[in-house]
Amino acid sequence: MRKSTLFCAAAAAAISSGWAMADPDDDELVINGEIEIVTEAPAPEHVENLDTIYSGWRFRTDETQALEMDDFDNPAMVLVDKAVDAYGMPDGTEAKSCASCHDDVETFTGLAATLPKVGEDGKLHTIEDLINTCRTERMGAEPWKWSGEPMQTMAALIVSQSRGLPVNVSFDGPARSFWEQGKEMYYTRYGQLELSCANCHEDSFGLMIRADHLSQGQTNDFPVYRLKQAKLISKHNRFKGCIRDTRAETFAEGSDEFRALELYVATRGNGLSIEGPGVRQ
Amino acid sequence: MRLSIFLAATFLVGAAATAEEIAPGDVVFEDGAVAQSLSGQPGDPENGKVLMDKGAGNCIACHSVTALSDLDFHGEIGPLLDGAGERWTEAELRGIVANAKMMFPESMMPSFYRITGFIRPGDAYTGKTIDPAAIAPLLSAQEVEDVVAYLVTLKD
Ligand code: HEC
Ligand code: HEC
Repeated sequence: MRKSTLFCAAAAAAISSGWAMADPDDDELVINGEIEIVTEAPAPEHVENLDTIYSGWRFRTDETQALEMDDFDNPAMVLVDKAVDAYGMPDGTEAKSCASCHDDVETFTGLAATLPKVGEDGKLHTIEDLINTCRTERMGAEPWKWSGEPMQTMAALIVSQSRGLPVNVSFDGPARSFWEQGKEMYYTRYGQLELSCANCHEDSFGLMIRADHLSQGQTNDFPVYRLKQAKLISKHNRFKGCIRDTRAETFAEGSDEFRALELYVATRGNGLSIEGPGVRQ
Repeated sequence: MRLSIFLAATFLVGAAATAEEIAPGDVVFEDGAVAQSLSGQPGDPENGKVLMDKGAGNCIACHSVTALSDLDFHGEIGPLLDGAGERWTEAELRGIVANAKMMFPESMMPSFYRITGFIRPGDAYTGKTIDPAAIAPLLSAQEVEDVVAYLVTLKD
């Protein structure tokens, strides 16, 4: 009894000092001096355990943050330029390019802010699904690998059309059961370390876990360019890494489980701006 | 290569088990504490100190310890461990390290001497599945004793 009171006091002291040191910073993000990004917003009502949601950008060092403030400094934008070429390049048995059907890539403005969403087939579709449906069914081309460079650069190009627009992912109607599944996963303590997404990104954001400053694990910045790996990282690749780090059997990129988790995590960011492609250490 | 490592590990566990070792499933908790040494041997605080930083212990991923301030990057998830040897008895520290959830229900702290009850356990950090029968505790009985012996030295 005495011990537990003492313990609580010690824990409270440690936690409050942690917070004071390690909250998200107060920096503001304006890309290219013109696209204003909302990196902090009131938590949506369905995110019961948070008051405020923050973009992962707010937890990064000043040097990493700076790389996202100007497209000339953002290494992901070099890849986006490559995707602009790929967008106009005919491929597959139909010899069509994206541009053959969609005209300018600007026609995709707003799309990324609403994904993933349920299609007419009743399935949940991510940006990777939409891209591969065009490739296989309309172009007669091979599908791209989920986290491969052609897929993620094209995803980055399409996402970047929505920068500055509020994330507004729906989970009503047909999306509801996927959302429930994703929520269940978010709170499941996987692996031998028995850690859930919520343990790290809801209970402990702002704190250090070894050398990592924990963010809320938001996805409004994806795909992100990871300097350490020098490439674009998909959401599913990030989820896979986080689950693997709990000493768990992870799920596959492009699995239905990760689609559902992606939907749930995206709705936790409703109200932040689309910011991708972002930059991370 | 991997097979020989596996055999060596099995051999070690087998050898250790002869010395009055308490198996993970047989540990007796009383109010979250464990009275008896899990290995039947005293712990080595020097090795405990190493485990605080490295291997499956990696305690400072989540905790800070002033006495270990020569090491980089201490975590902030759990309480500062300064004075842990004063706040808690050896038996309580053994219980916390073996299975913190007995002392602190729902704790984020992993159970270091438990081998059952996991959801989708994986083969170390490969992301691949593991045969539940092959799961080893994160720390061996002796390693738990070593870590506990180190924690006991954290006074004031
Ligand atoms: C053991 C702790 C831990 C667990 C459990 C965990 N993560 Fe993470 N996650 C991290 C760390 C560390 C990072 C890198 C720093 C950061 O952005 O928080 C990270 C980053 C992320 C990011 C990138 C955020 C950004 O802005 O770059 C996403 C998204 C994410 N995690 C989602 C999840 C989801 C979903 C789960 C559950 C399936 C999960 N995480 C479980 C530790 C964890
Ligand atoms: C993933 C995070 C995590 C890891 C790893 C971890 N702990 Fe903890 N530990 C905690 C948390 C959180 C608490 C607070 C208890 C609670 O959950 O209420 C705690 C509590 C404790 C306490 C009691 C607090 C006090 O008064 O000092 C001790 C002792 C302790 N841990 C030791 C260890 C040791 C030794 C290791 C490594 C073998 C370790 N911990 C690894 C998260 C962790």
